[in-house]
Amino acid sequence: MSAELHSYLILIVIGFLPSEVWRWLGIALGRGLDEQSEIILWVRGVATALIAGVIARIVLIPPGALAGVPLPVRLAALAGGFLGFLLIRRSAFAGVVIGEGLLVLGALVFS
Amino acid sequence: MANPTLPPTGTSLDAFLYGVRRASTSVFAFVIITTYIGFGALCHDYGFSVGWAMLSTALLWAGPAQVVLVTGLGPGMSLIETAVAVGLSSVRFLPIVVALIPLVKRSNSRPWQLVLPVHFMAVSVWVEAVRIAPTLPREHRIPFCNGIGLALLTLGTVFTAVGYYMQALLPALFGAAAMFITPISFLTSTARNARLLLEKAALALGLAIGPVLAFSDVQFDLLWTGVIGGTLAYLLHRMQRARGAKS
Repeated sequence: MSAELHSYLILIVIGFLPSEVWRWLGIALGRGLDEQSEIILWVRGVATALIAGVIARIVLIPPGALAGVPLPVRLAALAGGFLGFLLIRRSAFAGVVIGEGLLVLGALVFS
Repeated sequence: MANPTLPPTGTSLDAFLYGVRRASTSVFAFVIITTYIGFGALCHDYGFSVGWAMLSTALLWAGPAQVVLVTGLGPGMSLIETAVAVGLSSVRFLPIVVALIPLVKRSNSRPWQLVLPVHFMAVSVWVEAVRIAPTLPREHRIPFCNGIGLALLTLGTVFTAVGYYMQALLPALFGAAAMFITPISFLTSTARNARLLLEKAALALGLAIGPVLAFSDVQFDLLWTGVIGGTLAYLLHRMQRARGAKS
């Protein structure tokens, strides 16, 4: 097998399938549920808390290049971005731009 | 952001195009472009081909898992370890898809008809879908989600290639900034969507519990963060409702 073909096989087996299986499982479990049911409220809570867990994990245990930015800068950028979101018409875009600005500024000054 | 157009009243195609328009004015258009320029450059650094990098965006459509995959395929990790790490990193798709399906399915929807719309689901698409889909007639919801999803996925795939070829031109800090845009956009967009106490509490609890579990070597820490934080938030919601019913 050529090296190129091998790398695509790995993409499917090691990348696509382990990730996609959660989406397929979601169809199986979600299909029987009613929009107005109580369990949907609970699932929405779980989804939101899990997304919060992803936020915490990337900021605290960052992958690759983000690890080069000091932890206090990452935390301050997250908090500052959130504050910007609250203060500027609850705009997600404003929060993202302010958070990113603080991260880059902090990284330039402190590392 | 301002609502650019009114919801469509016509055909499925109108609903699909409405999704495309909403995607193009969403904060996530900016987020996806930045994320995937960073990811394309990372693939270049690790010696993958541009076709491989683009296909990984189209197939995985999961920023953090793609970074785990590319860095895991470098030296030091076995293929099994990498596959497990990719799977653990994408576990959020399970509850977001379960929460979405009852919102969009029709009584005659077959499972295979849901495979493609669900493939487009990512936190970015989900945040916009659960916010806007309930305002549309049910028969338009799946085409609408397909419109947002396909628009953002196409943007991501194209900008993977852009980042791949721009790799040498990008400033040193770009990689860090591209990875940081995932948590900051997840935080502000889920906070913007959080109308109920349930959602606000789940967000706060997840931010509090997540770090404790991540550092305590618990297996499946993300899944537990979701289940514990989500359950506590749901109980709070029920207590608030019971109090409201009494008074």
